[in-house]
Amino acid sequence: MNTRALNSLTPGGIIARGALIFMVLVWTLPTVGLLISSLREKDQLLVTGWWTALQTAERNLQGRTGAAGDQVQNDDGMYVISGTVFEEESGSQRISTYGGGFLPASGTVEYEPGEQVGLSDYSADEVVALEDGTTFTLNSDGTYEWVSPEPFELERGVRFFATVSVPPSFSLNNYDEVLSANNFDQSFINTFVVAVPSTIIPIAIAAFASYAFSWMEFPGRQLLFVIVVGLLVVPLQMSLIPLLRLYNTVGSTFGIDAKSYPGIWLAHTGFGLPLAIYLLRNYIGGLPREIIESAKIDGASHFDIFVRLVLPLSIPALASFAIFQFLWVWNDLLIALVFLNRTEDQSVMTVKMGELLGSRGDNWQVLTSSAFISILVPLIVFFSLQRYFVRGLLAGSVKGG
Amino acid sequence: MERIVAALAAIVLGVGALILYFFGTNFLLDRLMPDRVDANGIPIESREKQRERIRPWLFVGPAVIILGIYLVYPAIQTIFLSFFDDNGKEFVGLSNYQWAIENPGFRQSISNNILWLLIVPFFSTGLGLLVAVLADRIRWGPFAKSLIFMPMAISFVGASVIWKFVYDANLASAGNDIPQQIGILNSIIVSLGGSPTDWITVSFWNNFFLMMILIWIQTGFAMVILGAALRGVPEETLEAARIDGASEVRIFFNIMLPQIMTTILVVITTIIITVLKVFDVVQVMTNGQWDTQVLANLMYDLMFRGGGDFGRSSAVAVVIMVAVIPVLVWNIRRFRQEEAYR
Repeated sequence: MNTRALNSLTPGGIIARGALIFMVLVWTLPTVGLLISSLREKDQLLVTGWWTALQTAERNLQGRTGAAGDQVQNDDGMYVISGTVFEEESGSQRISTYGGGFLPASGTVEYEPGEQVGLSDYSADEVVALEDGTTFTLNSDGTYEWVSPEPFELERGVRFFATVSVPPSFSLNNYDEVLSANNFDQSFINTFVVAVPSTIIPIAIAAFASYAFSWMEFPGRQLLFVIVVGLLVVPLQMSLIPLLRLYNTVGSTFGIDAKSYPGIWLAHTGFGLPLAIYLLRNYIGGLPREIIESAKIDGASHFDIFVRLVLPLSIPALASFAIFQFLWVWNDLLIALVFLNRTEDQSVMTVKMGELLGSRGDNWQVLTSSAFISILVPLIVFFSLQRYFVRGLLAGSVKGG
Repeated sequence: MERIVAALAAIVLGVGALILYFFGTNFLLDRLMPDRVDANGIPIESREKQRERIRPWLFVGPAVIILGIYLVYPAIQTIFLSFFDDNGKEFVGLSNYQWAIENPGFRQSISNNILWLLIVPFFSTGLGLLVAVLADRIRWGPFAKSLIFMPMAISFVGASVIWKFVYDANLASAGNDIPQQIGILNSIIVSLGGSPTDWITVSFWNNFFLMMILIWIQTGFAMVILGAALRGVPEETLEAARIDGASEVRIFFNIMLPQIMTTILVVITTIIITVLKVFDVVQVMTNGQWDTQVLANLMYDLMFRGGGDFGRSSAVAVVIMVAVIPVLVWNIRRFRQEEAYR
């Protein structure tokens, strides 16, 4: 390996570092953005970019005061209309200024050219005397009070506009929403039910087959293995239509649902087997011949040799492939769309997210949190087992290197 | 809780059945063909030889059967189906292919696919090589590599959500100010004085925005493999070149690059296969709208939209297969050569 480090002060060194920093930023920022977005309140998520999450944002709000029907008479004999301008919980949002269809006692409100009408006529928390002798107060927490000595006769409330400052706030509300309201927790479990057997079954089958291809004598051994190598690149799209027909036939013949978990396990097994056999044969075939032969002389059958000797020795290779297959199955969309129903008890996370992405609307908060939940497990697997993952990649592509 | 128990039960059952098969059949084989023993239980003849004739088939049997059912049979069947009508009942000759050639959607998919095949492998491999070279000589290189490798773990769908946030646009309506942008790309453009664009709907160029997602995922793959290959270049050769006064750039192009050429080809073909099958990104980002259709998504569309047309979608699948055949042949030849070295 090249041990000569680039000097950090040479022009080349600076360019190299700059280029690498740029690449790292482009490669990580989108994911960081998703994480931050998923933690933001949904009304902020929709109006400002995630990079502004730490700033206090401003937004405009419009509403209407209560009308005559809402008034109550207080102890001093005054008539009062009160309420709050926030429909939902205000949290830490604060109103700074407001305006609207109120006519002040002294003169009329004049607008500066270009100023937005009615947004900053009055400040919050100030008692404003209006021309009809009433007083109006809008507090910064959103509650308002309109007091009049005479009974109100308004049929409709007065429209007003306000500027709201929204301080940064982060919460797990979006996660809560997606898990409870959208049944994403069920999809999470479904994904596991698909992914775990779809990882273990091909590994077990491939391990036995690889051992046979490496150390057992049988007619057609070479030919069969060459076919496996050829199947490595067959696009799985080739298989979908006939398999779908086959599944439907089997389903209607036996009166069972054509789309089921065992069905998708076997499908993933079939599509994962060529790579599994290829990788594992490279490894198992590379084990020292003496080990297998001396066990043979001691009278062990191939089955004993495989289970007691070869399997424990192959753990690193098995782990490499397991990570591969697990990530592939976990992240798959196509096979899940074809081989599973889109019902609650069968939808996996990618399918759900695909649906959410397809329906354009204000569901960004659901989308961000669901996406982050779905990539959480792969990221954990990836960062904790990166070494095995890299080893598997290398075994599949550059051999002897 | 109940659901988790049910899930666990399903997993245990599925995996258990398989383990039962392997242990059960081997146990049965030993039972049905036992060694001959005399009256005192002392073996007089081992029948291991006979058993060893059957045992390989117990080992490879499941693999062969599953590969047969899930890959070999369907591949052949698909070729047949492509000559039949939408139900797979009536022979229609080449008319599915004729339809495809005349269909603008198909032609567009072909040209988009070619575009994908040219751009994605080139940039993924090029950027991967660049990072591998740069990161090797910088102290925090391994950390940088780890971050660039990370998208490999993310699903295409997850990646699409992530990139939706990059490309999102809040278009200005007539007469109003440009609204706040929540997509980072448009935000940069607005802050530079431009106006926001809905990137995903801009015909032709939107292909490149979708490709960026795949490049983002595949660069880490290229980087890891090429990084390992670069480390295999003998240090003495490099040292000798340096003593002769060659610049680092020349060393890279004249010594390192030729030595890792085979690996580069392997990486490119692997990415080519991934690109040919690209489905998820297009399906969830645009579903082929705004002129972004590709073969794999077209096939899926034909298969499920409007009751499904098995004939036409099979024909599209065959086209994908034909495109893969050169890679397949190359793969087998490479494998044969390596076997010769063993």
